[in-house]
Amino acid sequence: MRRMLLAFSALLVASGFAVTASAELLNGAGATFPAPLYSKWSYEYAKQTKLKLNYQSIGSGGGIKQVMAGTVDFGASDAPLGAKELKEADLVQFPMAIGGVVPVVNVKGIAAGQMKLTGEVLADIYLGKIANWNDKKIADLNPGLALPNDKITVVHRSDGSGTTWIFTNYLSKVSPEWQKKAGFGTAVNWPAGVGGKGNEGVATYVKRIKNTIGYVEYAYAVQNKLNHAKLNNKSGAFVDPSMESFMSAAESADWKGTPGFGVILTNQAGKGAWPIAGATFILVPESPKECAKAKDVLKFFDWAYNNGAAMAKALDYVPIPKNVSDLMEQSWSKDIKCNSQPVWGK
Amino acid sequence: MSENLNEKNGGPGIPASEANGYVSLSARRQSSGKLGDAVFKGVSYAFALSVIVLMALLFIVLVKESWLSIKAFGFSFIYTSVWDPVAQEFGALPSIYGTLVSSIIAIVIAVPISLGIAIFLTEMAPKRLKGPIGTAIELLASIPSIIYGMWGLFVFAPFLSEYVEPFLIDYLGFIPLFTGAPLGIGMLPAGFILAIMIIPFISSVSRDIFQMVPSILKESGYGVGATKWEVIRKIVLPYARSGVIGAVILGLGRALGETMAVTFLIGNAQEIKLSLLEPATSISATLANEFTEAVEDLYLSSLVELGLILFIITFIVLALAKLLISRFSYKGGQL
Repeated sequence: MRRMLLAFSALLVASGFAVTASAELLNGAGATFPAPLYSKWSYEYAKQTKLKLNYQSIGSGGGIKQVMAGTVDFGASDAPLGAKELKEADLVQFPMAIGGVVPVVNVKGIAAGQMKLTGEVLADIYLGKIANWNDKKIADLNPGLALPNDKITVVHRSDGSGTTWIFTNYLSKVSPEWQKKAGFGTAVNWPAGVGGKGNEGVATYVKRIKNTIGYVEYAYAVQNKLNHAKLNNKSGAFVDPSMESFMSAAESADWKGTPGFGVILTNQAGKGAWPIAGATFILVPESPKECAKAKDVLKFFDWAYNNGAAMAKALDYVPIPKNVSDLMEQSWSKDIKCNSQPVWGK
Repeated sequence: MSENLNEKNGGPGIPASEANGYVSLSARRQSSGKLGDAVFKGVSYAFALSVIVLMALLFIVLVKESWLSIKAFGFSFIYTSVWDPVAQEFGALPSIYGTLVSSIIAIVIAVPISLGIAIFLTEMAPKRLKGPIGTAIELLASIPSIIYGMWGLFVFAPFLSEYVEPFLIDYLGFIPLFTGAPLGIGMLPAGFILAIMIIPFISSVSRDIFQMVPSILKESGYGVGATKWEVIRKIVLPYARSGVIGAVILGLGRALGETMAVTFLIGNAQEIKLSLLEPATSISATLANEFTEAVEDLYLSSLVELGLILFIITFIVLALAKLLISRFSYKGGQL
C-alpha cells in the first residue's frame, strides 16, 4: 500500500512538472509539406535551448483557422494569404522554406529527365485533351524518344493540399483553358485521372501503374526514384528540378514589392528557374496576446533562418535566401507589436 | 448476490435481528433490496437513454453544421455530380453512388464465402481444424483497416492490375462494367478489399448462429435419412435465417462507413462511370481526403452534409434490416 502511495505521489509530482514544462512549449499547426523540416528544427533547437516546439501537421486550412482562433502560437500554410486576408485576420506572414513540385512519369524505356514537356502540354494532359503518349504534341517536343501508343493515366492528389495549390496555380498561369475549366486551389474539380492520398499515394500510383503521369514534391520524386520530366520555364529554357533551379525561382521573385510577402513562385522569369516552385509560409498574429511567447516564436524562426539551412537541404527543402530572410526580420520589428511595443528587435 | 451484500452491510443491524427473530431481518433485506433494484434500474435506464440522446445530438449537430450547404444547394446536392471546390459548387451523387456500389460489390462477394466458412466450421470441419480456423477469422476481424488499405495498395492492387483486370478486360470486356485500363485501383478493387474486410464479421457471427441450431432438429433430419446437404439447406439455414440476415447487415454497415482502405483503393475521382474498373469515390473517402484543407464555410458545410447523408443511409439500412429480420424470423414449425 505504501509503495502504491509513493508511486502515486511520484506521478503527481511528475504531472506537476509536466504542467510547468508545457508553459515553455510553443504550439504550431498547419501544412503537412514542411512538417518533417519543422520537427527536425524543433528537435535541434530543443537540444540547445530547452524550448520545445510542438507542430501539428493538420493541413494548411486547419493551421490558418487555428492561428486565427488563437489556439496556437503560429500557423503554417503552403498557399500564401493575400494582403487583404492578412489584414482582416491581423496576421503577419513570412516564408520559411521553398519546395518544388515535379511532374513524374512512368513510361517504359524513358528515364529521368529524358522527356521534355511544356506547361501547355502538361495542362492538356491533365485536361484529358492529350490522351495518348504518342500524341503529336508530345512527340514534337521529344523527337528522339520512342513513345508508346498507350493511354495516359493521369494521377493527382485526392486530398486537399498545398502541393496541388502550387501545381494548379502553375497550370492556370500557362493554360487559359485550365484556368477556365478547373482553376487553382488546394483541391480542384479534376477533369481526368485517379487520385492518390498524399505525396506518397501519388508516388505509389505512378510507380505501380504503367503509363502514368503524376506530380509530387521534389523530395518524394528523389526518394522514390521516380522519373521526372523536364519543363520549359518562362524564359524558354528546359530545366531539371533541383535545389539550384528552385533557388533561382526564389531569387528572381519580387519579395519586396509584394504586400504581405505572399509571393507565388510559379512560372518565374529567371533563366534557370524551375517553373513549379513554391514557398511555404508561417503565420503569426500581428498583435499577440502573450508577448513573451510571441518573442520565443520569432526567436525560433530567426534561429532557423540562420542555422537551419543545412538541415533543410539534407531533407530536400530549399532554405530561404539570406537577402529574403533579412527582409522578413525587418518586417517583424515593424509589423508585430505587443501592447504597441515591437516584439522583435536586435 | 444482493443478499450477500446486505448481510455484510447490515452489520450493525444483526444483533437486533437476533432479538426480533428472522422475519424482520428478511423484511429489511427485502426493503433494501428494493432500493438497490430501483437504483440499478434507474442507472441502467439512464445509460440506455443516453444512447438515444447521443444519436439525437449527433443528428442535430450534423444538420446544424450542414445547414449552409442545405440552404445553398437544397435537394440538388443529392442528385448533381459536380464537385468543384474552386467554384464552390458541390454535388454528392458520385460519393453516394460509390458508397452504395462498392458496398454492394462487397456484399455480393462476401456473403457466399462467409456462409461457406460458417457452415464448414459448424457442420463439417474436423475438431482439430475448428479451433485454428475460428481463431484466425477472429484475428482477421481485429486487423485495423489502415493495414488492409496499405496491403491493398502495395500488394493487392498490383496483383489485380497484373493478372485479374487484364483477364476481365479481355474476356468480359464486351460488358460495359469491365472496360477501361487495368489500373488496379477503382470501384471493383475497393469492393474486393471491403469484401475481405467484412468476411470475418459475417462468418464469425453466422457461425455462432449456426451453432445455436438445436441438435435435436438436425439429428431428426439425419434420422429420417436426410443427407448433410439437405440438413443444411432445409434445417440449419432456415432456422438461422434471421440471424444470418443480421450478420449480413452488420457487414454491410461496416462496408458503408469504411474509410481508409477504400480511400487507398477506390481511386478518388469525383465522377460516375459505368465501368467498375474506373476510379470512383465514396462518402467516407471524400471526407477523409478533403476535410483537412477545407477552409471555406460552404465547402466545410458540404462535407458535413455528406456525413449527414451517410448517417441517413446507415439508418435506412438498419431499419430495413429490422424489417427483414422480423419478417423472416423463425416461427416454430414453419421452416
